Parts: sequence; structure tokens; C-alpha cells
Amino acid sequence: MLDPWIDTYAERTHGLTVSAVRALFSVANRPEVVSLAGGMPNIADLPREAIGEAMASLIRERGTQAMQYGSGQGEPFMRERITEVMAEEAISAHPDDIVVSCGSQQALDLVTRVFCDPGDVILAEAPSYVGAIGTFRAYQVQIVHVAMDEFGIIPEALREAMAACKAAGRRVKFLYTIPNFQNPTGVTQTLQRRRELIEIAHETDLLIVEDNPYGLLTIEGEPTPALRSMEDERVIYLGSFSKTFAPGFRVGWALAPHGVREKLTLAQESATLAPPVFSQFAISTYLDTFDWRGQIQVYRDMYRDRRDAMLRGLTENMPQGSTWTHPTGGFFVWLTLPEGLDSQSMLPRAVSARVAYVPGTAFYADGMGSRNMRLSFCFPTPERIIEGTRRLGEVLRDELDTLHTFGIGTGEHLYRDITSGPAPDIT
Amino acid sequence: MSSDLGTIVVLAGGLSHERDVSLRSGRRVAQALRDRGHHVVESDVNASLADLLTSTDDPVVFPVLHGGDGEDGSLRQVLDLFGVPYVGSTGPASRRAFDKSIATALLDVPTPEQVALPNSVFRELGAKALVEAVTERLGLPLMVKPSRSGSALGCTKVTSTAGLPGAMVAAYAYGEMAVLERFIEGTEVAVSVVDVGDGPRALPAVEIRPRSGVYDYTARYTAGETRFICPAELSDEVAAGCAEIALRVHEQLGLRDLSRTDIVVGADGPVFIETNVSPGMTETSLLPLGAEAEGEDFGELCVALVRQAYRRGPSDLKE
Repeated sequence: MLDPWIDTYAERTHGLTVSAVRALFSVANRPEVVSLAGGMPNIADLPREAIGEAMASLIRERGTQAMQYGSGQGEPFMRERITEVMAEEAISAHPDDIVVSCGSQQALDLVTRVFCDPGDVILAEAPSYVGAIGTFRAYQVQIVHVAMDEFGIIPEALREAMAACKAAGRRVKFLYTIPNFQNPTGVTQTLQRRRELIEIAHETDLLIVEDNPYGLLTIEGEPTPALRSMEDERVIYLGSFSKTFAPGFRVGWALAPHGVREKLTLAQESATLAPPVFSQFAISTYLDTFDWRGQIQVYRDMYRDRRDAMLRGLTENMPQGSTWTHPTGGFFVWLTLPEGLDSQSMLPRAVSARVAYVPGTAFYADGMGSRNMRLSFCFPTPERIIEGTRRLGEVLRDELDTLHTFGIGTGEHLYRDITSGPAPDIT
Repeated sequence: MSSDLGTIVVLAGGLSHERDVSLRSGRRVAQALRDRGHHVVESDVNASLADLLTSTDDPVVFPVLHGGDGEDGSLRQVLDLFGVPYVGSTGPASRRAFDKSIATALLDVPTPEQVALPNSVFRELGAKALVEAVTERLGLPLMVKPSRSGSALGCTKVTSTAGLPGAMVAAYAYGEMAVLERFIEGTEVAVSVVDVGDGPRALPAVEIRPRSGVYDYTARYTAGETRFICPAELSDEVAAGCAEIALRVHEQLGLRDLSRTDIVVGADGPVFIETNVSPGMTETSLLPLGAEAEGEDFGELCVALVRQAYRRGPSDLKE
């Protein structure tokens, strides 16, 4: 009676429900709240006047092309420029092997669409990017998490997962991994681990989907070579301008072996006819006329200040028993709470205290992660980040106090067994 | 525009845990009023509200705030201070109704046995003995709720003593006070009361049948997750009993214009669970469904409520 189509929806929509956790986030956008929840890049310092001028002349001079339909694979000039961007990470690629997408999120959707039937298995780090889990679920894929530590995916765990799936007669379609400054943990795979991953891929006939939105945002130490720079037959590489320039244009890409690229192009044509043409013109204009490498350096310095504020704030404010990761780039820190605390059930308390985070359970397909939370340092200023960690510290102490009152947290687990959690736990 | 009602300010959002629901309710009310030709301004509750109220020509407020400041009466007192007329109950009446521990104690209708305990009591007296006393006195299963929250947030049905501490922690995540009450097994219904100038009248009871069996947040706000039967499949006698409870609650708490009372029809007849001075107005909310079952147009009802508030003018600070 309220929704006459309720019996008509496809089975894959059944997981699409509103939730109390999602609802709590609606408060996070209010200025009173320090949101350590969002993954929004800070683009306030882009040279907007000058970009505006460049866009105006783009429309004046090339508007009839820029506002027209375009190529399903993406505009040739855009794909050329994308190869230059990837060269920054030592990836050598041909523009023909690139498919432009509506953000790298859509590239992931296309890859899943062309590879996965319902019931297929995708391997992903434990934990993994919540948006990827959502996409995989929409294709009714089974997600099998592979344990990771502070050096990235554990090779032995990957071998075991492959063997277990094989023994169960399940087809693993690919491994989805974010090797740099992983979302949500901030962990970076070491070079050694990357080599081992590729080795296992060869051994077990495994395809790797390398999602690398933060790759150019190294804020400490030297960048690690991309998997795709070491292996081109077994790696589909996903890239994006969302973090190195701005996300509103929705331009990302997939770099894939030629057979896959053909399929992705056809899938892209049926999905969108062509990825956003105006956005590709706009981004090319930006790359042509602005010092984009300099801008990335500006971003790095800004995010380094914010990361430092986050780490300092956590050191000052987290109660004993908390541990967190030390990201060398990207946007996120992964916090592991003292035993007994549950990040999801604590969220309303945090919202009342005007601080927001993403509960760790969002990043697992199997209900793990209740003892973790993702904290992002990309959007609030360093001062606000410090204030956010101060509020969060109070929330944790109040919650611990309540748990203590009710005799919870002294080895007795309230919600579910969280000790077997494979989440990284790094001091 | 037939703006014989001045400028209608629909207030929605706020900083409560139910902000999202409030925004949905607010959009629906604002659109319904606009569709009928009225001049509507939508506003969040923030630092610019005072400016908005003082700079708006001939304002009348329709508060659609759920939880926190919106329902505990504080915002309504602010409206009184500014001398702005508004739809719904006064500040003091809202405060009585919003706090489950206060409302239940004031009422002369069947209510579940209840205790209301702040977090500090457990901290100071020790939880173990209290938890045992509660389960012994009220029996199982129990409902544990934050005393000042809505949309079933922080509510847990407890079926064993072992589950009680966890439920308490979940409730205290929403506030310092929790209520524990005997769980009444039965049919869940909601009866809305509206009064557009001709006295309070009860709308038909809406029966709630969540697919999952639990009318939690997801079941409330995902279209299709709950079946609503309206009017509820109740005997005439029981339906009249439910209406009677809703009307008495409206009257006994001194509510005004609109309210929604949640009732469970158990083995011994209808029992009051809680009441809301700012009922949800979303597509899946119960007051609009009740109005629809009565053959009443939702938009016309909103207009009538605003008209009544407009005619009444500002409220006294003291009720």
C-alpha cells in the first residue's frame, strides 16, 4: 500500500534499506559536529578564480565539442593525459588500454559487471572500502575477506583463501585491493608484499583489481611502485582525479589488458553512452593550463598537517588500550578500541558529543569490525581534528565507564566475538 | 498565492539523533502546504533561526522536529519568547509527553509496569543487584528504552537476564535516563489525535506489522519493510478502547492540535506505550496513514492545523 512495487523489485535490491547508523550521519554535516566520518577531500584552496576563467574560455571556444556526446571509451586526449598522470607512479600504459569512467567507483562497477555472476567470489582485504562492498553486493557476489597486517595483505592468508574457495568449488573472479593508504586502514602494502601478491596471482591464476585513488598523496617517505607497474597482464588498475584534483567532475578510469578493456568499453557504452564529456574537457583544460603537480604537492603538505594533528590528538586523548595505524598518505586512520567497546552502539553517544566517525563494521561484509572505527583527517582543519579527538576521547571514557558499571569489558564480550578480528592492530 | 496564513515556517532538522527523519517529515509537510498555495519557508534549527523569526512577515511555525530540543519543549518555549504562533503542544506539555518516564507516571490509562533509572544510579549502587531486582520485579521479556528518544533508537527487547546489561548500555548511549518496562505481547497500533478547532478526535488506528517482526528504525523508514493495516484489524470495542486511550492521553497531558499515541493491544486489552507531540510525517509515517484512512487529505489537514495555530496566535509562557 505504501510502496506498490515492493514485490516487483529485483532480488539484489533487498539489502537496500535505511539504517539507524546512516541516519545518525545526517547530523555529521552540521557545523557543530566535528566529522571524522567523511572521506571528502579538502578542495577549498584550489585556485577557483583562475579555474573559473579557464572553464569560461573552454565553453566559449570549444563548447560545441565539450557539451556534445563523446566516445564511449573516453576522449582520446583525456586518455593521453591519464597516461601522463600514471607515469608519475612508474606505470607505462597505452591510451588505448584506458577506459574513462564516472569516477573510479563506476570503473569498479563496470569491472564487477563484466566479470561477476551472482554467487561468484571476490577477495578483498579485511577490512575493505565500504563503497566497493556495496558494489559487489549489488551484483550478488560473495565477498571473502583476506587478513592483512601493517604491511598489507598477508600472502599466506591469500593462498589459504584461494585454496579454500577452490576446495569449496567456488570461482574466485578477482582480488580487490587498495595497496596505498588503504581505505579504511591507511595501511600501505610493502614492495615485498606486492611482489608476493603478483607471484601468488601467477601461481593461482588470479586477477588483481588495484584501486589506487590516493596513490599520489604520499605524505611521508617514498611512494611504493604500483602493482600495475610490476605486472600488466594480471592487473586491472583503477585511478581517479577525485583526490588529486576534485571529485565533482566524476572522472576516473580503468587501465586494463586489451581483452578486458574491450568488454569495459562495451559495458560503458551501454551504461552511459559516454562518460561525462564536459568533465573530461574540464580536467584536460586543468591539466594543460595549471601546475597540477604543484597542486598535488600543496595537497600533500596540507594533508600531512592534518594527519599529524590526528596522530597527536589520538596520542593525547585516547584511553589506554586503544591502538591506531600510522598512515604515510591518504585520508584515514584506523582505530582499534579497548576491549569491550563497540563502535557502532557508541555512535549515538558520539553524535550527542558532536563528533562523528564511521563504525568499523561498515568495512566488513561479515559483521566484523565492531571494535574498530575509521577516522578521516582529510576535511576538518588541524584544530578541529584535535578537538574531534578530544570529544571522542570523552565519549570512549564515558562508554567504558558505563560498560564497567554493567560488568562488561572485563573479558566478557557483549555483542559478538571480536577477538578473532583480522583487523590490523598497530601501535 | 492565497497566503491568508502569513508565512509558514516549517522547522525541521535539528541536532537530535532523529535529524534525518525530521528532514524527511519537514520536506513532506512543506511541499503539501506549498501545493495548496501557501507561502512556506523551510528552516533548520540553528543560529540564524532567531533572525528568521524576527525578519519574517507574519510568521506561523510548523515544528516538525523529532527528538531532543524539538520535542522536549525547549524550542517551543523559544517560539513563545518570540511571540510566534505555532502548530502543536506548548513547551511544558511537550516536556511531559516526551520523557517516557514522566508521561507514563502522569497518565490514568493502562500502562506497562515501568521503572526509570539514570545511568548514575547503577554506577553508584552497583548494577548487579539492581539488574536482578528489575528482572524479578518486572519479569521477562522487558523493553529497555532511552527515556528521551524516538524512532525506536536505542530500544531493545530483552528476553534473558544476561541480555539486560547490553540493552542498558545501548539505551544510555542515547541519554542519561533509561526506562525499563514489562514487554506487552500483542498487536502494535498507533492512534493519532488531531484537533483543528472542533475538539480532539482520534483518527483510525493503524496496525503495524513489520516483516522482520521488530518495528525498529529500518522497519520504520524503509518503504515496504512494514505492512500497515488501516484501519487496524480490531473489534469495534477494542478499536474504541484504543481511540479512548489516545484521546485521554492527549487530554491528560494537556496536548494541543496533534499527537500520536502508540498502543499495544495485549491479552488484557489496549495498553499505552508512548506518545509523540511531533509525530513523523514521512511517507511511511503513521499519522498521515491514519488521516488517509479517514479519507482526509494530508495537505488539507496540514493547512487546517496551521490555520488553527495562526488564529490562536502566540501562546502564553505559562501555558
